[in-house]
Amino acid sequence: MPHKLLSLYVRPTGRYDEMLAGAEQLRPHWRSLFEALDASTPDQMRARQAFVTERIRENGTTYNVYADPHGADRPWTLDPLPFILPADEWTHIEAAVAQRADLLDRVLADLYGPQHLIRSGALPAALVYGHNGFLWPCQGTQPPSGHFLHVYAADLARSPDGRWWVIADRTQGPSGAGYALENRLIVSRLFPELFRDLRVHHLADFFRHVQDSLARWAPVDRGEAPFIVLLTPGPYNETYFEHSYLARYLGFPLVEGQDLTVRGDAVYLKTLGGLRRVHVILRRLDDDYADPLELRGESSLGVPGLVEAARAGRVLVANALGSGVLESAGLLAFLPKLAERLLGEPLAMPAVASWWCGEAPALDYVVEHLAELVIKPAYPSQRMQPVFGRDLDARGRAHWTERLRHRPHAYIGQELVQLSQAPAMPYAGSSTLERRLVARAIGVRVYAVVTPEGWRVMPGGLTRVSGSGDVDILSMQRGGSSKDTWVLSEAPVSQFSLLKGALGAGDIVRAGPEIASRSAENLFWLGRYGERVENSARLLRFACDRLNEEGESASAAARSGATALGAAAGDLFDEPGVLATAVGYCERFGLLPPEEDRSVARRLVEGALDENAPGSLAATLRRAVWAATQVRDRLSIDHWHSLNRLHDILRRQRLDGGAPSDIATLLSTLDRVLLACVSLSGFAMDEMMRDSGWRFLILGRRIERLQCRSRIVAHFLEACGGQPAGVDALLELADCAEAYRQRYLRTPDVLPTLDLVVFDTDNPHAVAFQTDMLLRYLESLQRDLAASGAAEGEADYGISAFRDAVGTLNAFSLHELELALPDGTAAMQRCANCAGCSELARILHIVHDGSATLSNRIAERFFTHVRPAARILSA
Amino acid sequence: MRYHVLHTTEYHYSQPVQTARHLLHLVPRPVPWQMLERQALRIDPEPTTRAHGIDMFGNPADRIEFAASHDHLHVESEQTLTLAPRPWLATPIDGPAWEKVRDALDYRATALGEAIAGAQHMRFESPGVRVKRELEDYAAPSFVAGRPVIDAARDLMRRIHTEFRYDPEATRVGTSVLEVLEMKRGVCQDFAHLMIGCLRSLGLAARYVSGYLRTDPPPGQPRLTGSDASHAWVALFVPELGWIELDPTNDCLADENHLVLAWGRDFGDVSPIRGVIQGGGEHTLKVGVTVTPVELGK
Repeated sequence: MPHKLLSLYVRPTGRYDEMLAGAEQLRPHWRSLFEALDASTPDQMRARQAFVTERIRENGTTYNVYADPHGADRPWTLDPLPFILPADEWTHIEAAVAQRADLLDRVLADLYGPQHLIRSGALPAALVYGHNGFLWPCQGTQPPSGHFLHVYAADLARSPDGRWWVIADRTQGPSGAGYALENRLIVSRLFPELFRDLRVHHLADFFRHVQDSLARWAPVDRGEAPFIVLLTPGPYNETYFEHSYLARYLGFPLVEGQDLTVRGDAVYLKTLGGLRRVHVILRRLDDDYADPLELRGESSLGVPGLVEAARAGRVLVANALGSGVLESAGLLAFLPKLAERLLGEPLAMPAVASWWCGEAPALDYVVEHLAELVIKPAYPSQRMQPVFGRDLDARGRAHWTERLRHRPHAYIGQELVQLSQAPAMPYAGSSTLERRLVARAIGVRVYAVVTPEGWRVMPGGLTRVSGSGDVDILSMQRGGSSKDTWVLSEAPVSQFSLLKGALGAGDIVRAGPEIASRSAENLFWLGRYGERVENSARLLRFACDRLNEEGESASAAARSGATALGAAAGDLFDEPGVLATAVGYCERFGLLPPEEDRSVARRLVEGALDENAPGSLAATLRRAVWAATQVRDRLSIDHWHSLNRLHDILRRQRLDGGAPSDIATLLSTLDRVLLACVSLSGFAMDEMMRDSGWRFLILGRRIERLQCRSRIVAHFLEACGGQPAGVDALLELADCAEAYRQRYLRTPDVLPTLDLVVFDTDNPHAVAFQTDMLLRYLESLQRDLAASGAAEGEADYGISAFRDAVGTLNAFSLHELELALPDGTAAMQRCANCAGCSELARILHIVHDGSATLSNRIAERFFTHVRPAARILSA
Repeated sequence: MRYHVLHTTEYHYSQPVQTARHLLHLVPRPVPWQMLERQALRIDPEPTTRAHGIDMFGNPADRIEFAASHDHLHVESEQTLTLAPRPWLATPIDGPAWEKVRDALDYRATALGEAIAGAQHMRFESPGVRVKRELEDYAAPSFVAGRPVIDAARDLMRRIHTEFRYDPEATRVGTSVLEVLEMKRGVCQDFAHLMIGCLRSLGLAARYVSGYLRTDPPPGQPRLTGSDASHAWVALFVPELGWIELDPTNDCLADENHLVLAWGRDFGDVSPIRGVIQGGGEHTLKVGVTVTPVELGK
C-alpha cells in the first residue's frame, strides 16, 4: 500500500531522486518536511498554495513581463515546497562553485589582457573572437578591483549516479538571486518551525558581501564615499522586477543608461542636485549595449563613454564589460585543462561532457554519436534551439552531419543530461490532489561573489523546476516553476538580515537631493495620477449612486449632463438634474466616453473600466502603475502592495464582464477602490522619508488635488450652485461631507460649505490647504537645492505667479460675499448665483491655471534634461 | 609617391548639441611603406577634453568630448606622406593553395606563431560582417579546389567589380552584406564588407582597410578641392607573405595610390568620425577629401 502522499509520485529509472533513496525510503534530510506535510490537513495544504499565490500577486513578482501599460503580466511561479540540500553535500558544491568562479575570472583576465591562452593553444581563437560577447574595445582594460568577474552563477544538475554537474556558466550579469530571495521570504513563512529547526542557512550574508566588496573596491578619490548604482535596461526587461527588488534590498539606486553621463573619464548620475560621481556600476544591462560610442552603435540603452571610463579605471563595472564571452557551451570542453594550468589543480566539479566540433577528433566523435548527443550553438548569436540527436531520423542526421562538417567551430555536441527529480505540489486548482506530491525534474542556480578574502557562495540558490514530470528543460518561459533552496547547517546560522522593515522605517534609501531626475519625474507623476485615481473614483461613485437611486428612467433625462448643466441656471429645481449634475461633473473631468448611443450606465462603466478610453479611471490607474514601476526601488513593499491591490480590483471587475446593468457591482468596486486609495495616500503622506524624492511625489499629489478641488468648486459656483443637491454634491466630491456633519450637525448651507471646502486651512481637503502646503514644499525644495549648491539664484519656476494667485484667493472674504447677497438668501441652502460667486469662481480658475503652469515649470526645471535622446553620428 | 591630404568634416546642427563624444580615426597608422612627414588635426569648437591614443588594432585614435552646448563641429585633418611600393608587390606571386591557408589558421591545440595569432582577429564574424553560407556560395566559383589563394582572391575581386554596380544611392552605413549581395549595388565600403564576408566564410582571414585613394582629374581639367572621398578596401592574410591588399571597387591590388589610414574587422572599428550627441535636432554633414600628389622635396 503506497503512502498516500506518494500515490502520484513516479520514480522513473535512470533519474536520481532527491527525496527517496528507495521505494518509500526517505533520505534523512527530507524527513522533517515530509512528516510536516504528512501531518497537514488538505485545508492546510490548500492554504499554503493560496499563500504563495497571494504573496506573489501582491508583491507583483513577475518574470518576462513587459510591465508596460499594455503588457500581459506573467506572475512568477513558485512551488511551496523547498528543495533541500544537506550540509556535507553543500560543502562540496560551495567549494566547486568558488573554484570555478576563480578560474573563469582568471580566464577573463587573460582574454582581455595578454591572451596567452589563445597564443599557446589552450583555448581556440574561434571560441573567443568568434563569440560576439568578446568586446574588442575592452581589450587591455584593467578593472580597479583586479577582478573581471564579481558575481557569478553556475547552473547545476545532478546526474543519475548522484554527482553534481555544471551545465552552464553565467558571467554576464547573472539573474535570479533576487528571485531566490523573494522565494525565501515566502517559503520560510510557510514552514516557520521547520525553517528554524532545520537550521537553514540565511541568504543575507551573501548580499552583504556584495555591498561590502563593491564598496571596498570603489575607485574613490580622497574623501569620497563610494557611490554604487545598479544599472538596468529598464522596465521592458524580463527581469526588471528583480532589478528593482535587488536595488531596494542592497540600497543601490536603480538607474538606466540615460540617468548616467560620462564627463572626462568619470561617470556621473544626473540628480536633482546636479551631477554626482558614480564609482561602481553593478550591471544588469548586457555589456554590448552598455556604450553606444564604442560598442553596439544602435543602442540607446547605454552610457556613451562608459568603455573609456572603465579603461581609465575611474569606474568599477561589475561584471566587467566583455565578461559575457564566457557564456558559451564551447568553453566547457577546455576548462579542465585550464584549471590545471591556471590553478594548478583539477576541477572540483565536472561539467556535462561536451565536445567542441572545431577540433577534428571531437567533430568525428560527435558525428558518430549524434543519436546520443544534444547539438548546441557555440555562440549565443546563433539563436538556435538545442537539437536532440535521439529525435532525428536518418535524413535529419544526414542534414546535421553536413552542417557540423561544414562549419564545425560553430557547434558543440553535449551529453544528454538526465536531471534529478524532487517533490513538488500539484498545481492549484486540482482540488482532489492536495494531499499528493508529484515528481518534477530540477536544477539549481548557485551564486558566488568575489570579496577581498576570496569567493563567497550564497548558501542557497534558485531551484528551477520543469513544467512536467519527464521533461529535462528548465525554463521559466516554458511553463517551468521555481523553488526555494534550503541548505541545512550543522551549526547555528547567521540571523543577519538586510531587509528593511516593511512599515514606517522609510522607503527611500537616500536623503537629500541625490535622486535621479528621472526618478523624481516618475514620483511626481505617481503623485498626480494616484490622486487623480481617487478623484475619478469619487466622481464616478457619486454618479453611480445617483443612477442607482433614480434608476435608468431618470437617466434618459440625464443623457447629456452638459446640456442639463447649461440649462441649470434657469431650471434650478428640476429633480432629475441631480443625476445630470453628477454626469456633468464626470464629463467636466473627461472621465466619460462620448455619449453617442451609449446609456448613462454604459458610459459610467466604460469611464471606470475601459483602459483604452484616455480619461477613464482604469487608464489613469494604468499610468500610475507605470510611473510606480519605474521607481519601484524607492517604494516600500507595502506601498507597492496597495497599488497592486488597486490594479487588481479593477482587473477583476473587468474580467467579470462589467455589465452596464450592474451598477450596484460597480458601486461596490468603486468603494473598494476608494478604500485602497486611502491606504495609498497614507503611504505617500506618512510612510516615506521626507527627502526630495518624496517632495516630488507630494507636489504631484497636492497639485492634482488642488486642480480637482478648485475645478469642482468653480463648477459648483458657476452652474449648479442653486440646487440643494449641489451643496451635497460639492461636499461629497470634495470629500468633506463627514467633516461638515461633525462641525455643523445640520443640513448644509452654502457659506459654511464654501468655507470648509475652499478656505479652511485645517481641512486637508480644502483648496487653501493645498495651496498652503504647495508653497511650503516648494520653499523647502528650493532650500534643499540651494544647500547642495545646485539651485541657481533666480530659479523661480512659476512660484511667484502662483503665490500671487493664492494671495488673491486668501483675500476673498466670505463676509463680504454674505453682505452682498440679497436679503435672506444667505440663510438658504443655495447660492444666489450672484456677482460674488462669479468672482470667487474666477479666482479659483486663476489658482487652477496657476498650478497647471507651476506643474509645467517644475517639469521644465527638473525633468527636461532627462529627455534628449542620444543619437549616433557616423562619417 | 608623395601626397598632401586634406580631409574635412562639417556638422551643422539645427538646435544646440548639449553634450557629445566622438571617436576619430583620422591619423594614419604607421606602416613600413608609408612615411608620415606631417600631420595636423584641427577641431572647432575646442573640445572640453581631447585624448590621443592607440586603439585595440593598433590604429591611432583620438577621443574628444564636448560638455558645453555647441551648434557645429568642424574637423580638419591634414597630412603629408610618402608612399613606397608595397613589399609584396615586388614579386608577383599567387600564394599557396587556398585550402592550405585555411588549414594553417585552424585550431590544433598547439602554440600559434605571431602572424597566425594576429590573423585570428580577422577570421570570424564581426558586428558589420556576418559570415553566411550565401557568401561562401558566391565565392565558391573563384575558390575551386587547389587554386592559389591570391589568384582566387583576385578572381573574386574581379567578379565583384564586374557584377556589382557602384551606386552611392543604394546603400547606407548600416546596409548588411547580404542586402548588398542581393542588390548587386553599393559603394567601396559595401564591396569591401562583401569580399571580407566571402573570404571569412571560407575560413580565411581578411580585414577592412580604411584610407584614401588618389584620383586624377580628366586630362586638361584642374583637381577640384574636396572631390575625392574616403576609400576602403580589403587585406587578405597569406602566411609567409603577410596581408595582401585588394581593392574590389577598382579591381586592383592596392598600390602607391592607396593611402592607409587604419584597419579593423569592418567599418565600425575604424569609421573616420563616430559620435554620440545629445540634442542637436536636425543636422547637415559635409565631407570633403582632397588628395594631391606633391613633388618630392617640396
